Amino acid sequence: MNVEEREILAFCAVAIVGGGTAGLSLATELRHLGVGDVVVIERETEAGGVPRHCGHYPFGLREYGRLMKGPDYARRNVAEAQEAGVRVLTGTAVTGLHPGGVLDLSGNAGSARLSALRVVLCTGVREASRAQRFLGGDRPPGVVATGTLQDMVYLKGLRPFDRPVILGSELVSLSAIMTCRHLGITPLAMIEEEERLIARPLFRPFPALMGVRLHTGVRDLRIHGRDRVEAVSFFDRYGGAVSLETDGVIVSGRFRPEAALISDSHLERDPGTGGPVVDQFGRCSDPSYFAAGNLLRAAETSGWCWREGVDTARRIVADIARYGVQPATNAPLPIQFSHPALRFVVPQGIAPGGSQGAMVQMQLGLERPFSGRLVARSAGKVLWSGRLSGAPVRRVLAPLAPILHARLSAPVDLALE
Amino acid sequence: MSQKHFDVLVIGGGVVGCAMARHFTLAGASVALLEKAPDVLDGASKGNSAILHTGFDAPPDSLELACIQRGHALYLRDHAGLQLPILRTGALVLAWNAEQMAKLPALIAKGQANGVSDIRMLSRAQILAREPHLSETVVGGFEVPGEVVIDPWTTAHVYLLQAMANGATLLRSAEVLSGDFDGAHWRLRTSADEITGKQVINCAGLYGDIVDTALLGESTFFIRPRKGQFLVFDKAASRLSSSILLPVPTDKTKGIVICPTIFGNLLVGPTAEDQDSRTDASTDRETLESLRMTGKRMLPGLASFEVTAAYAGLRPACAAPGYQVRRVPDMNYVSVGAIRSTGLSAALGLAEQVAEMLGRGDHVPMIDPQMPEVERLSDYHGRDWQEPGYGEIVCHCERVTRREIDRVLAGPMPPRSLQGLKRRTRVCMGRCQGFYCRGTVAQICGDRLDMPQEDAA
Repeated sequence: MNVEEREILAFCAVAIVGGGTAGLSLATELRHLGVGDVVVIERETEAGGVPRHCGHYPFGLREYGRLMKGPDYARRNVAEAQEAGVRVLTGTAVTGLHPGGVLDLSGNAGSARLSALRVVLCTGVREASRAQRFLGGDRPPGVVATGTLQDMVYLKGLRPFDRPVILGSELVSLSAIMTCRHLGITPLAMIEEEERLIARPLFRPFPALMGVRLHTGVRDLRIHGRDRVEAVSFFDRYGGAVSLETDGVIVSGRFRPEAALISDSHLERDPGTGGPVVDQFGRCSDPSYFAAGNLLRAAETSGWCWREGVDTARRIVADIARYGVQPATNAPLPIQFSHPALRFVVPQGIAPGGSQGAMVQMQLGLERPFSGRLVARSAGKVLWSGRLSGAPVRRVLAPLAPILHARLSAPVDLALE
Repeated sequence: MSQKHFDVLVIGGGVVGCAMARHFTLAGASVALLEKAPDVLDGASKGNSAILHTGFDAPPDSLELACIQRGHALYLRDHAGLQLPILRTGALVLAWNAEQMAKLPALIAKGQANGVSDIRMLSRAQILAREPHLSETVVGGFEVPGEVVIDPWTTAHVYLLQAMANGATLLRSAEVLSGDFDGAHWRLRTSADEITGKQVINCAGLYGDIVDTALLGESTFFIRPRKGQFLVFDKAASRLSSSILLPVPTDKTKGIVICPTIFGNLLVGPTAEDQDSRTDASTDRETLESLRMTGKRMLPGLASFEVTAAYAGLRPACAAPGYQVRRVPDMNYVSVGAIRSTGLSAALGLAEQVAEMLGRGDHVPMIDPQMPEVERLSDYHGRDWQEPGYGEIVCHCERVTRREIDRVLAGPMPPRSLQGLKRRTRVCMGRCQGFYCRGTVAQICGDRLDMPQEDAA
C-alpha cells in the first residue's frame, strides 16, 4: 500500500511511541502540565514495558515511596497515566516515522496515520543476541536472553530448561540467577569473557553465595547441540579446555537500544549508543521528534528512566510554548571525541538556545575501564575539566552546565587525559 | 497413511526432493516423499544464499548448467502463479585488482557461451554510479541482470505444498534404512513405516551416497560436505547494495558474496570449508569476524551496521566434479546426487530432467492442479500485517502476525519444531532474534509442536 497516498486519519498533541517506564511517566507528566491530547502507542497487548516481567524488587521507591516488584510498578505506571487522561493504545505498532511528526500505525483493526505536534520515542532496550556477540557453535533453540527468560517464567508460566548456564556477569545476569531460583533451579555456571565480573564489586560475591560456579576470562565459547542445547565449551583463563553439560544458555546483558524504527527512518542515529542523536533537550535531528528513556543509551535503571520521562515532558511543553506547531530547526553543534576508551556521549550535540530546562549531566559510555581527567573544550578553550573514572556498562556522568553556559561557536571536543 | 503403495517414492525433503514430488504429482503419478528429519528442509536446503542463478559461470555443456538454466526459466514461468516472490537485483561480478580484471574477459566469454546473452561489461564509474556505497577500490566488473533473489524456504515449501494439495503424501521422521526391489516394486523399510512404490528417486542430499549404498549396495560418489558460514546484516544495511555482489571465482569456490535477501537484509558469505561431518553446521567467531572484514572491504558502510544473525549451511559436495545424476533402469531407481550449491536454482530443472530420463509412463498430467495457500514473507511485497484482522503482531522485527502463525500451525504441513515455524513465518528471525517474542511464541505453540522447547513451570 502506498504510504504517501494515505490520508492522515488522526491528530494529537503529543504521541509517545512505547509504553514502558519512560513513555508512561512522560505522558502522565504532560497531562499534569495541561497538554490536551496525549497518546501512548504500545505494540504489546499490555503497556508497562520491561518491569512487567521483572518479578523482583526493587522498583518504585523514589517514584511512589514504596518498594515494589516490577509487575506492580508497571501496573502503577499505567494506572497513573490513565488516571491523568492519557490515551494508551495497546496492540498498536508504529511501522514508520515521517518528517514533521507523522507516524504510520498498524493494529488489528487496520492501518492509520497519526500526526502529532511532537513525537517522543521511548522504545527502550533489549539484550544483545548471540549473533551480535559472534558466539560460535551450533544453533539449537534454548538460547535465550534474560528478558526473554523472565517473560517466559513470570508472565507465561513456562520452564525452558533445568540446568542452564549464564553468559555475562552484569547486574541483569544476577537477575537471571534470581529468575532461575524462582523456577527452583540453580544455574550451573556463570561465564564471562572479561577478566572480572562486570557487575559492581558490591554484587560480585552474589553468584558464589547462590551456588553458581564462576568462569571469567574465558575464550572461544561455543554452544553445542542440534535440537536442544547439550553443552557449552570454552577455554578457561588458564587455557584449559572446559565442557559443561547443560540444557540451556541464558545470554545476558550487553543492552542496546531498540532503535529499529530509527534505523529505517530519516532520523540520525548515533553508532556509539545505537540510539538517536539528541541535543540537550532530548530533541532528535528532526525537531518534531524527542527521545527519552533507555533508547538514548543502554541501560539505566527504571527509576532513572521514569525521572527522564518527567524531565523530557517539561522540555516538550516548553518547546511547544516557544515554537508552537512549527518546531525550531535543529542544528546543534556536535560533542565530539576520539579517545578509544570513550564509546558514546549523550547528548550528542548542543543546540543554540540555551540551558533552561536542559539536561544537567552528560552521560558517558566507556569502552574500557578508565581513570583520569575529562576535559571539555570548544575552539581551544577549556569549558570544564574534572576527574572521571568508570568502567564499561556502569553509569558515568559529567556536568553539562559549564558547556551549556558557554556561548558556543564551535563543536565541543571531549578528551580523556 | 491410508495408501501405502505409490508410483514414485522420493527420498529427501530438501528443495530438490520437494520439486521432484511436485513435478511427478502434477504429471499424474502418486507420490510419497520420505524425510528422515522431523521436518523438511533440515539439511543442505536449510542454509543457502537464496540466489536464483543464471548459470553464467557453471561448467559449460554440463548437466548442472542445463538444469540451472531450465530451473531458472521454469521459476520465472511459474512463480507468479505460485505466489512466489522475486527480487530482481541482478548481479555485479567485481574485480578488485589487476589480476582479477584480467580474468573478466574469459568469464564473460564463458557466460555468453553458456547462453547468458545479456552480460554487460561495466566501467568502474558505471559500477560506482549504480552502487555508490561500494568501496572505491573496485577496479571493474560486469553485470549479469538475470541473477535474482528468491525466498529459499517458501520456495521449497510451496513446491511440496502444491504436491500435497494434489494428492502427494509427506512422511516425516521416516529415515530410509533398507529396501528391496522385486523386479517391479520397491519395498522401503523406514524408521517410521514400510512403504512400497514402483520408482525410487534419491534426493537425500547430504546423505545421498548413504541412501544409494543402503538400497543399491554401492554408491558411485561420496559426499564430502562443504560448510559455508554466513552473516546476516541488519535490514537498514540493505540500502548499501541493491545488487548481488559476486567476486571473481577461483577454481575452488564462487567466493564470498554480498547479497540482498528477499526478507530485507544483506547477506555476506559463504565460506567454503570441506569437512567429514554431515551434521556439523557450527559457526566460529574467527570466521564470522573475517566475513565481517571481507564485507567491510567491499562495502565500507557495513561498519556501522549490526549483525542480525549468523548461520552455516552444508553443501552436499563430492570429489568428482558436477552433479551425480544416475539412472539404474533395471532397478527403477534414479540417484540425484551431489547437487552442491545450486540446488535452489536447478530444482525445477532437475525434476524435469529426471522425468525425461524416466519417460512418459502411463500417467495423465493434471490439467488444472490445485494451488496451495502461501505465506507471503517477502519484505518487498505485501505482507499479512498490512491486512486488518490479523490479531496481533507477535514478532515485531519481522512483523509476523498471530493470524499467520495460527494458519501455519493449522495448515497441511505444520512445523514440528520452533526452527520449522521460523522458516515458515520468520518469527524470531529479526533484529532481536526472539528477545521480545520468544515467550509469546512458546505460549502460542503450546502443545501444538511435536518438539516443544519449554515445559509448563
